[in-house]
Amino acid sequence: MKTIQWRTTLRYGLLGGVAALYFSAIGMVELFAGRNLVGTTINMGHILLYGGVVAAGFLAARSEAHARLPQRLVIGLVAGLVAAVPTIALVLLDSVWDMEAIFVSMNNPLIRLLTLGRGLPGLGMFLAVCGALGLAGGGYNSMPGEHKAAGARALALVLIVAIFSDLVTQVMSNLFGRGSLSLFFAGKALKPAVAIVLFVLMGAVFYFRAVRKARTPLDPEKVKVDKRTRLQRQVVQFVVVGIILLVAPQVLGSFLSQVLFEVGRFVLLGLGLNIVVGYAGLLDLGYVAFFAVGAYTMGLLTTATGLNMGGGVMNFWLALPVAVLISVLFGILLGFPVLSLRGDYLAIVTLGFGEIVRILALSDWLKPIMGGAQGVLFIPTPHIFGVTFDTPQKMYYLVVLGALLAAFVSIRLRDSRLGRQWMAMREDEDVAEAMGINLVQTKLLAFAIGAGFSGLGGAIFAARLGNVFPHSFNLLISLNALSLIIVGGMGSIPGVIVGAVALVGLPELLREFQEYRLLIYGILLIVMMLNRPEGFLPAEVFKRELHAEEGELAGTGD
Amino acid sequence: MANILIARNVTKTFGGLVAVNDFTLDVAENSISSVIGPNGAGKTTFFNCVTGFYKVDEGEILFGGGLIHNLRTDVVTRKGISRTYQNIRLFANMSAIENILVGQHPRLKTFWAAAVWKSKGFVEEEAAAVEEARRLLKFVGLQGLGDQLARNLPYGAQRRLEIARALASQPKLLLLDEPTAGMNPNETGEMTRFIQHLRDELGVTILLIEHDMRVVMGISEQVTVLDYGSKIAEGKPKQIQSNPRVIEAYLGRGAASGLKAVKAGKH
Repeated sequence: MKTIQWRTTLRYGLLGGVAALYFSAIGMVELFAGRNLVGTTINMGHILLYGGVVAAGFLAARSEAHARLPQRLVIGLVAGLVAAVPTIALVLLDSVWDMEAIFVSMNNPLIRLLTLGRGLPGLGMFLAVCGALGLAGGGYNSMPGEHKAAGARALALVLIVAIFSDLVTQVMSNLFGRGSLSLFFAGKALKPAVAIVLFVLMGAVFYFRAVRKARTPLDPEKVKVDKRTRLQRQVVQFVVVGIILLVAPQVLGSFLSQVLFEVGRFVLLGLGLNIVVGYAGLLDLGYVAFFAVGAYTMGLLTTATGLNMGGGVMNFWLALPVAVLISVLFGILLGFPVLSLRGDYLAIVTLGFGEIVRILALSDWLKPIMGGAQGVLFIPTPHIFGVTFDTPQKMYYLVVLGALLAAFVSIRLRDSRLGRQWMAMREDEDVAEAMGINLVQTKLLAFAIGAGFSGLGGAIFAARLGNVFPHSFNLLISLNALSLIIVGGMGSIPGVIVGAVALVGLPELLREFQEYRLLIYGILLIVMMLNRPEGFLPAEVFKRELHAEEGELAGTGD
Repeated sequence: MANILIARNVTKTFGGLVAVNDFTLDVAENSISSVIGPNGAGKTTFFNCVTGFYKVDEGEILFGGGLIHNLRTDVVTRKGISRTYQNIRLFANMSAIENILVGQHPRLKTFWAAAVWKSKGFVEEEAAAVEEARRLLKFVGLQGLGDQLARNLPYGAQRRLEIARALASQPKLLLLDEPTAGMNPNETGEMTRFIQHLRDELGVTILLIEHDMRVVMGISEQVTVLDYGSKIAEGKPKQIQSNPRVIEAYLGRGAASGLKAVKAGKH
């Protein structure tokens, strides 16, 4: 029998422990502890503090492929105990010297949290808890596959419901009235009994689904559905998604509609950038420039004082296509100088362009037109057929329409000759040219269409906010858009949506932890790049050879 | 027979290095011709000059009677020259079929934006293009692999796919850069037969680069030998094989004289 690699166990334990120590020392644990998840027993601080410990037990047990159950349990236990050590050392150190002078976050509430409110003897309990959690991690690892998957999913579900309880409670109170809330929630936390019932119920559902799926053999004849059934399914999917999109703002209320608007805005940006970076492979870091152009165009054309012409030149609906058009022009304009640049050089130059546009908007030189730091004010809210888009709920529809349009155009172009030109260029520019592809035209089209989507987003954004300030168009917008397509999956349209929800929507919901937003962002990006570089929902390979026989030549299309 | 490709006194230098020196070449229409030479002789550089990837410093290149040496690569391709690469350069993250579809690019004419509203012309052209791509896939013997990513295909299949992609533009002249590089004798024989088949079936003129002499001898009608950028011999394979300058270029001066001595000894 193989001996156990204790070094690996030790390493995982220490990693988990360092994570716990780090989150404690920077004050995250304490802040997160203020938010209860299940009753008052489990809060978000616990997740941060003990998450690494469980993971250490799990990973250490997994690294021993041949170990039997008792061995795995021991390994998990050891890893968990080791993981407790750094934090215990910190607390002991704090009891000798007051660490608060160095780490401002090492204050009494944190110490109370780490010692489970029992003073130094509490450290023993902390050790025991860590050991037990490591043991649980190791034991969990030894469970059979279906149990494991069902358990993880059910747990994740419960945690998601608890963490995003704002969202859940809002929906519930809009659907069933406020009274229904106290049945399930205590404050923002789930009631313990509810959490347990939910966990068991969902675990059972996931488990039986997995078992049933494993039992039915994959019969290719049966899996193959005929064209009509597939069409019907698609129609049903469209109708369902359509209804959800339609009723969402009514159910979610004002604040969450605002969040959805933000998500929609970044979906628009992401879809545009996805064409430039995901399809055409042109790393553009100055993408915010076109967003700014769209927003300023909208602002200047519709505000009463714009362009010193006395009175808005146009209404929203006329200015919208103009804003898109001018963004497209800027896309081509900024595209020309960078035609011959590739990779890193392109990134740096476009980064500069983005800043130039923002600084021009800020400058004294253009102040008479663009308003300098003051920006453009009093942009009227759009209205049509007696409907004024004065609430977040109504603006939401506008941005959803824009995003749908952009997604539609993206899909159609992706599956066409132009899409192939872009992807060929992304794969190998020289060879693409040798295939007869005009690189100048192909690149400019990518920049132009990407800029158009961004400009559309900017124009809607300006009308929503009612004013445009230069500082809204900083580098962070470009980076946000880029990160969301990387996290979602390069070149994948569902990926853009998932990325926008994950990187824009969720942080909005967790505003209490705003302070640590960029840290979590960074960790997420690193973990993604290491473990899933293709993104959450990577672009699918299009089946053309086989599906062609079923008359699906141009793909799923809409 | 008319010459489809004529290179006259082509010179290409990189800094002080003369990669191709005063090189003249005629390629007869519908022939299989080869340019051979040791590594670094300037064969691929010459290909790059023909396809417009490099601008020639001196001399001129005519294709089908028109000058092409000042044209952009994509324009040259549209005129009917297509190529493969020594180190396979497929679009790795696109499927095999999509690779061939990209190859068909010069033949597709509908306006790019027509794809958005799926005009009748676009749908028809796209359907025909996919049909043609599947036909080409079959032609190079890769039927059933069309939906695989190019990078997941085995080596030999990648070589074939690259040829299919080059054929997709329906070229008049096909430039093959070491099509048997990295293949074992079996595969090499198969590829050689395939190249012959290509010419016979499609009537496309083929210009090959090889540094393995054995490959070209069997199928070439005309062989040109390059060494240090200059042409050192030209003629039928038989003549080339016994040309002492060629042997010298390949094996070195000592070996060449040794070979002579052996031959002399036999007499």
